[in-house]
Amino acid sequence: MSDFKISRRGILRGTAMVGAGLAMPTILTRRAWAAGYVNEPTGGTVTLGFNVPQTGAYAEEGADELRAYQLAVEHLNGEGDGGMLGTFSSKALKGNGINGKKVQFVTGDTQTKSDAARASAKRMIEKDGAVMITGGSSSGVAVAVQGLCQDAGVIFMAGLTHSNDTTGKDKRANGFRHFFNTEMTGAALGPVLKNAYGTDRKAYHLTADYTWGWSQEDSIKKYTESMGWETVAAVRTPLGAGDFSQYITPVLNSGADVLVLNHYGRDMVNSLTQAVQFGLKDKQVNGKEFAIVVPLYSRLMAQGAGDAVKGILGSTNWHWSLQDEGSQAFVKSFGQKYGFPPSQAAHTCYVQTLLYADACQRAGTFMPSEVGKALEGFDFDGLGNGPTLYRAADHQCFKDVLVVRGKENPTSKFDLLEVVEVTPRAQIEYDPAMLGGELGPYNNGA
Amino acid sequence: MGNQAMNKSDLILLGAFVLVVLFAPQLFAPIGAGYPDLLQKFAIYGIFALGFNILFGLTGYLSFGHAAFLGVGSYSAVWCFKLLSMNPLPALVFAILFGGLFAAAIGFISLRRTGIYFSILTLAFAQMSYNLAYSVLTPITNGETGLQLAQSDPRLIDMMFGRDYGAVLPPSDLFGIEMTGYSGYYFCAVLLIVCFFLSLRIFRSPFGLMLRGLKSNQNRMAYTGLNIRPYALSAFIISGMYAGLAGGLLAITDPLAGAERMQWTASGEVVLMTILGGAGTLLGPVIGATFIKYFENIFSAFNDGILNQVFDFLPDTAREIMVSISSLFVGEGWNLTLGALFMLIVIFLPGGLIEGVKRIRTSVGKLFRGGGGDGKSPKSAPAE
Repeated sequence: MSDFKISRRGILRGTAMVGAGLAMPTILTRRAWAAGYVNEPTGGTVTLGFNVPQTGAYAEEGADELRAYQLAVEHLNGEGDGGMLGTFSSKALKGNGINGKKVQFVTGDTQTKSDAARASAKRMIEKDGAVMITGGSSSGVAVAVQGLCQDAGVIFMAGLTHSNDTTGKDKRANGFRHFFNTEMTGAALGPVLKNAYGTDRKAYHLTADYTWGWSQEDSIKKYTESMGWETVAAVRTPLGAGDFSQYITPVLNSGADVLVLNHYGRDMVNSLTQAVQFGLKDKQVNGKEFAIVVPLYSRLMAQGAGDAVKGILGSTNWHWSLQDEGSQAFVKSFGQKYGFPPSQAAHTCYVQTLLYADACQRAGTFMPSEVGKALEGFDFDGLGNGPTLYRAADHQCFKDVLVVRGKENPTSKFDLLEVVEVTPRAQIEYDPAMLGGELGPYNNGA
Repeated sequence: MGNQAMNKSDLILLGAFVLVVLFAPQLFAPIGAGYPDLLQKFAIYGIFALGFNILFGLTGYLSFGHAAFLGVGSYSAVWCFKLLSMNPLPALVFAILFGGLFAAAIGFISLRRTGIYFSILTLAFAQMSYNLAYSVLTPITNGETGLQLAQSDPRLIDMMFGRDYGAVLPPSDLFGIEMTGYSGYYFCAVLLIVCFFLSLRIFRSPFGLMLRGLKSNQNRMAYTGLNIRPYALSAFIISGMYAGLAGGLLAITDPLAGAERMQWTASGEVVLMTILGGAGTLLGPVIGATFIKYFENIFSAFNDGILNQVFDFLPDTAREIMVSISSLFVGEGWNLTLGALFMLIVIFLPGGLIEGVKRIRTSVGKLFRGGGGDGKSPKSAPAE
């Protein structure tokens, strides 16, 4: 019993210390947050946070995104050949950093997990003083990090994220997306599928089981069913499954004659390769050629899947073979630095960095609400996708969408996709209210 | 039992622990870890590992499924936010309660076996929970996307008191103190201290002695007429409640719960933390948790730019070589470094980092006193 008394006194003493301890750091920290907005850059530099997957199913995309970010920082600071700064319709950026401050960056690994991505983004905001977070490659992660940036009061420039939810149901005022979404993919791909495979088809979906997969599946169903296709089944597969054979075997006996692979990254490489190995591509079902569709395509994935991509249709945000001035300038400076052409992930991340920098320059500040207003309703050109609008109602970019097909006779190991059709912007525009969600007010943090 | 002397050293230990925890923002700042989010992680995973240590360190039952309780704690806390109130206190109560209940159910079945069979059983249960959370229970867990707050949540208790959070998503707050940043850390820190104190009391109690007995020889315990199952089960439930608490805190400092928290890698992580720091010691698990979280957050962020700065003093070619070699071990290679360190520690310091500290202390003591100790040489896991 006697020992209990001692510990009680210990607790009392401890409580006093807790009180003292609690009071002191608050005095210290209050002053740190007294600026006009979170992480207001006061010195000669400004820090951006690049939060990309370096491990996991989307690591390839993440690595390419990081390359693009580093290139963008070089160009903003006036190093290298300037890339798309020369072709960008806005001439606010002068190659001397942003608002006269040299651009620095910090990087982090999202591990394609919401928890890790948020921890990494928090580190950038709380420790490294990042004034903007950008990155992506998984919509689940993008949505989670976007929410965090809204709460913390910094701008989030989404990288590769294709789910409708990012600028739909889960949109936030502090978040902006240049990449297209599954609704646009559906609208662009629908007519092409109709021309290629007719109106009487039975589709079987394999879907990555998270926000992007669900969104993709819904959009494709919506557009294919409206033109007369029937959806036989839609099976959810876990992200990063590796082996898809157990999901592909049932397709053979389902009576379906189209397989839609709502997969991305390494998942798509694996599922497509296995589907082709199972002989699906050469099969005849219901008297028709069996077809495989990969709604979201990228050159990196095509490279991974090799011969399996030949003749397969899909959509993409951008492709390095585009002949416009902006794309060519970007491919040239990326190629000079790294020795191979950039992927669509690299492109969207590079563009997002430039767009952010330009908006800060035009606003004359890094304050999220002002930067956001500079981006809202911003019309620009020369960044590889033709005339583009940053829509104010949902912070989503609207531009032409590319429908591509895997090349039958590639001339090099990068020349794997050919552009079948450029779907004009007017055809893929939709009402912002359709996807729900609310932007809410800007948050400057302080 | 020499209780008085023991208590004095325990008191010093507790006092030092409290001081370090309270001044952590200042102490960790020089090594780049003095920012709120990482400090919160230190405290939360410290609690998680402390609880795991009560099971593994004392009874020797190696559970490979503790992340399940962490996940359950997170989900119950977020649901409490959604349905009842943004106040962290009810969320914590539910997190601990459900963590404990879940542990009771799994423990009741798994504890029928010992050794590797027990480990496999817990692993199986945890993977089942993970898969349930990931796909089958999507209406409750929101699958891979993770359970998040929404503006349209009912929040009944908050409504009753007429609190309106407006158009923004509310952070969790304790009667007006927001549970983010440093205040969030101090909330976790106070709980960490309480948990540490409880764990200390358990270690020193007759109950703790029984648990140690379980570890050294179950048969002997059984032959003396004791029913050992209730002891093992209560240790399992207590550590499940610690894990639930940790999971609840994760949700409180960042209102989001994802299935990946329950994955087997997360279960393995807490085993690593405990062994790295020193299983069966009081401080070891907290040190191990801090160590691993530090690596995960700081080492993974080193990129070539930072390495170039570090090796700036070298001539250009030497610097490039050093950067290309060391970049394998930082950034995306942080797991590699951690794995190598873990191997070294397990091989050379089987008692974990704590054993390293003790060895240094004894050799320093020998240096000054010419052998022997001062009578209170640390022995926190003796074969009493």
